[in-house]
Amino acid sequence: MKRAFPIFAVLTALLLSYALYEALVAAPTEKTMGDVQRIFYYHVPSAWTAFLLFLINFVASVVYLIRRSHTADIVAVVTAEVGVVFCTVVLVTGPLWARPVWGIWWTWDVRLTSTLVLWLIYVSYLMLRRFSTSSQTPLLAAALAVFGALDVPLVYFSIWIFRTQHPQPVIGGGGSIDPRMLHILLLNWVAFLCFAALICWSRYRLERLRREVEETQALESLLEPRSLR
Amino acid sequence: MTFLYVAYAATWIIHITYLGTLVQRYKRLQREIEALQK
Repeated sequence: MKRAFPIFAVLTALLLSYALYEALVAAPTEKTMGDVQRIFYYHVPSAWTAFLLFLINFVASVVYLIRRSHTADIVAVVTAEVGVVFCTVVLVTGPLWARPVWGIWWTWDVRLTSTLVLWLIYVSYLMLRRFSTSSQTPLLAAALAVFGALDVPLVYFSIWIFRTQHPQPVIGGGGSIDPRMLHILLLNWVAFLCFAALICWSRYRLERLRREVEETQALESLLEPRSLR
Repeated sequence: MTFLYVAYAATWIIHITYLGTLVQRYKRLQREIEALQK
């Protein structure tokens, strides 16, 4: 298991490098948008990865609410944190694509606004976990995560349900995409999924260790002989 | 092309910054473990 992590890390780095080369060099240039369309190879896989992580967070939170499992609680914290990182990438790369294509950085349409709300919900989830000292924090956080997850389908399906400025989906939504572009998009998604798994793995070990240290510190403080007044 | 490079650079800056915070947290935890072992 100890050797699996560095091997997986090296393979992920190679895959990310290859996916980057494919996105920047090998992918065909889009006719109307030109090279700026290549932002799509980072923007879309980051969004899909964030959605998947928030979905895992939802499942882990439900499991925690039912069974009070510590492992589920750790999985929930880890996936929320890494999901926020990927969602931040989405919110940064989106306006960088919109400025040259739409002529504006941001517009308050349903897809963009619901994505921002999703990010804010999970940031507030992390704030709650970071600053609350109550023993009920995991329970409150799990309940918040269940409500937060309701925003994920709203973000995803908003471009089907509402008229938005955001481009229509390229897969399963009636939109069309060049097969080579689709191949490179999926390649980048696989690379980002491996990268996300790698970070989650590290973050999971860190969280487990942190909890063990906290438990030991609490035990030590109980066992310490107290000075008499 | 500028927007494209800025977007790709921003993506990796965000990820590397997050990885940096993880390394910092590991180091802090390591110091706490050493303090507990004394």
